[in-house]
Amino acid sequence: MARMSLDLTVNGERRKVDVDTRTTVLDLLREQLGLTGSKKGCDHGQCGACTVLVAGRRVLGCLVLAVTLEGAEVTTVEGLADGDDLHPVQRAFLDADAFQCGYCTPGQLCSAVGMLREVGEGWPSVVTPPGATVSVSSLGPDEVRERMSGNLCRCGAYVNIVPAVLAARR
Amino acid sequence: MSGSVTVARSLDQALDALRSGPDARLVAGGTDLMVEVNAGRWQPGTLVSVDRAPELRGWHRDGDEIVLGSGLTYAEMERGELARLVPALAQAARTVGSPQIRNAGTLGGNVVTASPAGDTLPVLTALDAVVQIAGPEGTRISPLREFVRGVKRTDLRAGEVVTAVRVPALRGAQEFLKVGTRNAMVISVVMVAVVVDLDGHTVRVGVGSAAPVPVRAPLAEEYVGALVDWERARMDDPTGEVAAQFGELVAQATSPIDDHRSTAAYRRRAVAVCAARAVRRAFQEPESP
Ligand SMILES: Cc1cc2nc3c(=O)[nH]c(=O)nc-3n(C[C@H](O)[C@H](O)[C@H](O)COP(=O)(O)OP(=O)(O)OC[C@H]3O[C@@H](n4cnc5c(N)ncnc54)[C@H](O)[C@@H]3O)c2cc1C
Ligand code: FES
Ligand code: FES
Repeated sequence: MARMSLDLTVNGERRKVDVDTRTTVLDLLREQLGLTGSKKGCDHGQCGACTVLVAGRRVLGCLVLAVTLEGAEVTTVEGLADGDDLHPVQRAFLDADAFQCGYCTPGQLCSAVGMLREVGEGWPSVVTPPGATVSVSSLGPDEVRERMSGNLCRCGAYVNIVPAVLAARR
Repeated sequence: MSGSVTVARSLDQALDALRSGPDARLVAGGTDLMVEVNAGRWQPGTLVSVDRAPELRGWHRDGDEIVLGSGLTYAEMERGELARLVPALAQAARTVGSPQIRNAGTLGGNVVTASPAGDTLPVLTALDAVVQIAGPEGTRISPLREFVRGVKRTDLRAGEVVTAVRVPALRGAQEFLKVGTRNAMVISVVMVAVVVDLDGHTVRVGVGSAAPVPVRAPLAEEYVGALVDWERARMDDPTGEVAAQFGELVAQATSPIDDHRSTAAYRRRAVAVCAARAVRRAFQEPESP
């Protein structure tokens, strides 16, 4: 078993940690850094509860080895708000009642933030008509459903998650 | 996991690290390998992460060919100039797993995993892709149809790294169709890729999930190739008979099985329908605006 010292930024804060090289990002966050917002739903890449942002992109904490993130910037659900000011996506989830038990919510929130950024950069999806360009303002429910398809909700709060994501665009 | 993880920052470092022992394994996006590890199905000795090796990233043009780095992610295949150059690969990439899986999963990982349900494989098969490999004895190439040996079996030898996959840049339509139980996060029941080569006057088809390895359908390709008006890049098929016959011939080239996801009979039928639809789309008149 080998250990390594790892230097990365988590939620804007520089962290130096000593990790077992086999640690996943999710275990590092939860077990070593005490950031238990990110959830372990399946540990198999299927549920999205462990979604965090690395340099603004959505990644699954359960499938990424922490040592590959030397120097990276990681944002978890704990880092979305600006002090007491909730992130617009968090606000929208509250307003739309977009959860029940809340277990999937941290992943849904990080995923929605990363997704809106992808749309802002014009990334197409499988439901984007060929040749069409996507924008945050023209995003419809079908695009949101497809683009959030990596985040499962066992409570079935989708009917409120989709409107919440749409509302958060403003 | 019993051993340790090394992060290779270059191809040479990866090759060196692989020499550390026979149980050393590469990990790229981790979307196949880490699932095995987390499930406790398999305990790697040394894992060598190639996620940060620049030689494996991105893609570039090389004359009439496109060199796709093994570290190319689905998210990168889905959009931009590459999506215009190899549209079937982009279409396939957009259907893989979920957005999070597509941000991490790589072409090299898909090829080396060599699952019959690997979504890029029918496209690469239709394109006659060639796998570029670096190893202890230098570099070599292996055509994809030889590289993929069987269900999850490849020609990759100990200490080797897949560096890139080469495909031709072709003029002509490309289509990829996939059948699954739902749209997202689903392992394919069948997939069909159709690639038209307007300069070579050929129609090529690659089929996945319908045999142990991805297959071509030479009889179907010849049949339809002879009926295309290559000057106009059109297929005269007012009744749809040509497309249907093409679909039948493609289905005959497969050897599907019954498993927990589907039946052989359904797969054969789905291949025929998808192939017919793909070839129709490939030769349809551009829609008037
Ligand atoms: C939830 C989920 C959904 C999925 N959905 C799909 C899907 O719809 N379609 C599909 O095709 N796949 C799917 N997959 C499987 C997987 O995402 C793909 O096969 C992906 O392309 C694997 O790439 P990777 O970089 O993550 O591979 P890794 O897991 O990093 O590696 C896979 C294998 O390839 C080897 N390897 C990786 N890179 C190299 C290299 N450069 N040289 C030599 N060997 C190498 C590794 O040693 C390992 O054996 C899914 C996986 C998950 C978890
Ligand atoms: S815990 Fe990572 S996807 Fe489910
Ligand atoms: S709110 Fe319970 S799982 Fe989504």
